[in-house]
Amino acid sequence: MKQNILFGNSRRAQSNRSFWLFLLPSLSAFVIFVIVPFFTGIYYSFTNWSGLNTGNESFVGFDNYRQILNDPQFGFSFLQTATYSLLAVVIINIVAFGLALLVTQNTLMKNVYRAGFFLPNLIGGLVLGYIWQFLYNRALIVWFEPSLIAVGETSILGLSIVVTWQYAGYIMMIYIAALQNVPQDLIEAATIDGANAWQRLKAITFPLVAQAFTIALFLTLVTSFKQYDTVVSLTQSGPAMQMPVWFANLYGINPITVQSTEVITYNIYETAFVRFQLGVGQAKAILFFILIGVIGGLQVYFTQKREVEM
Amino acid sequence: MQLKSNNKQKKNWNVILKQNNWTIEIISIILLILFFMPIIIVLINVGKADNNAIILDPLGFPQNYFTNFINNIERILTHRQIRYFSSFGYSLLITSLSLFAIGIFSSMAAWVLVRTKTKYSKMIFFLFLSGLVIPFQVVMLPLVRLLQDITNITGIQMKETVHGIVLTYIGFGAPLSVFMFYGFIKSVPLEIEEAAIIDGCNQRQVFFRVVFPILKPIFVTMLVLNGLWIWNDYLLPVLVLGVKNPVQTLPLSVGVLAGLYTKDWPLILTQVILAAIPLLILFLFVQKHIIKGMTSGAIK
Repeated sequence: MKQNILFGNSRRAQSNRSFWLFLLPSLSAFVIFVIVPFFTGIYYSFTNWSGLNTGNESFVGFDNYRQILNDPQFGFSFLQTATYSLLAVVIINIVAFGLALLVTQNTLMKNVYRAGFFLPNLIGGLVLGYIWQFLYNRALIVWFEPSLIAVGETSILGLSIVVTWQYAGYIMMIYIAALQNVPQDLIEAATIDGANAWQRLKAITFPLVAQAFTIALFLTLVTSFKQYDTVVSLTQSGPAMQMPVWFANLYGINPITVQSTEVITYNIYETAFVRFQLGVGQAKAILFFILIGVIGGLQVYFTQKREVEM
Repeated sequence: MQLKSNNKQKKNWNVILKQNNWTIEIISIILLILFFMPIIIVLINVGKADNNAIILDPLGFPQNYFTNFINNIERILTHRQIRYFSSFGYSLLITSLSLFAIGIFSSMAAWVLVRTKTKYSKMIFFLFLSGLVIPFQVVMLPLVRLLQDITNITGIQMKETVHGIVLTYIGFGAPLSVFMFYGFIKSVPLEIEEAAIIDGCNQRQVFFRVVFPILKPIFVTMLVLNGLWIWNDYLLPVLVLGVKNPVQTLPLSVGVLAGLYTKDWPLILTQVILAAIPLLILFLFVQKHIIKGMTSGAIK
């Protein structure tokens, strides 16, 4: 009954009109620029759309997908993206949680520390990549030679550190919010019962901030997978390296030269706008979408199992 | 008796805590300096005359720091392809127009979706939600083609224009913004709106005069989240605006400079500082809002 006053049955015609009028701007922009390309994109992934035949492409069935599965560079891109994301998720969350524990202590300048650790998050990914390219290749080289991003084997570690610097302060904020919700009397009671700092952390704090872990792990994993800007300015997908023998064996080939930080997003862009194979690029994008969906879903499912109801 | 011993214990704890706090304070300061090292090293090197000075001594503080720094700034501000002021202006224009439009349109949509209970409203809400899981890479290639198609059919230029990119941002910003407004409006009591209707407001007046002012806190969150994303965005501007075209945002100008002077680090770093400084200054003033907006956005 309550709904009747605002968008009532008695004035159904008029309220229907306002319903659509209020929706129209946002919904039409969303449908035109996101939903329509999403569906046409599924179709394009089954065509031989290339830069030269735009408008004249023809349906090729699963050819693009077959080509992708047999493409060692794409497989390697997937491997490197997964490894780098795993690394980044672990480092970011350890650093972020550590910082959160630190700045929730009763210190004099805790607000300064919070703002300071958060600050790199304001710098855009592209700009950030140039800063760190300089640091690795020109400044830190005084102590560390060769630089992390000059060698294929360590370049994804270099990338993970950059992403940690950018993102840890943000994830820290999420952990701070969670830590502040942990009841202090529980901690005090455990202290009186003789629990040491590590026992208190393990038995009280961790279970109570489990939900924040879910959010933070999900956010960092998806963000790491979608990283693009930073790679453009930090490494331009390089340096080149010889793929490992075990990986070459998967494809039944001899090891070939591959780009060590060519993450999936970079690979999609290259395929489409450098090699002009837009159909293949789109098929890669669809696989990327499915991948993110599966990982995100699994991850939320597994971490939510461990959560404690407050 | 017991109370007394309790107090004594508490006092001991306070003493221990106080000692601990100084160690923690010092650890925090050291970590903070470590965290700022990249920025400090950049700030040292923007004051060097040329790349040779950097190669010789990348970590040393240069002579004639300010002369060199000002000289580098001047080179960027007067550079014809970097167009710092115009890029800054376009970034500001595109970001503020997009934020304004996303804010008003998304909240309008969210309001009618909360307040109408039909099967359409549920379906449309879930359609918006589906946008949250679609990565940009999945739609970028068809999008570029679609923008060209729109121009071919209607004659309206979409690529390389401000309205073109703002319209796309309205579409891409909608899912998260509608979702956040939806959650907030659900917690707003309906009675206020009913009272306004009884007093003779029509739906438009109810929304803009009664509901809209209530949305202020969530509006700030929305502004921060979308503002940071749009201001720093690189890939979408590359695709929609293109490189080296008249309409150029700040991140695009950074890319142009780095492409032109691959080895001139003092110049690149100066541009990095010039590109990052507007947001950092803003952060100093509205720090609380930004941090709160980012955090509450993530938790929702």
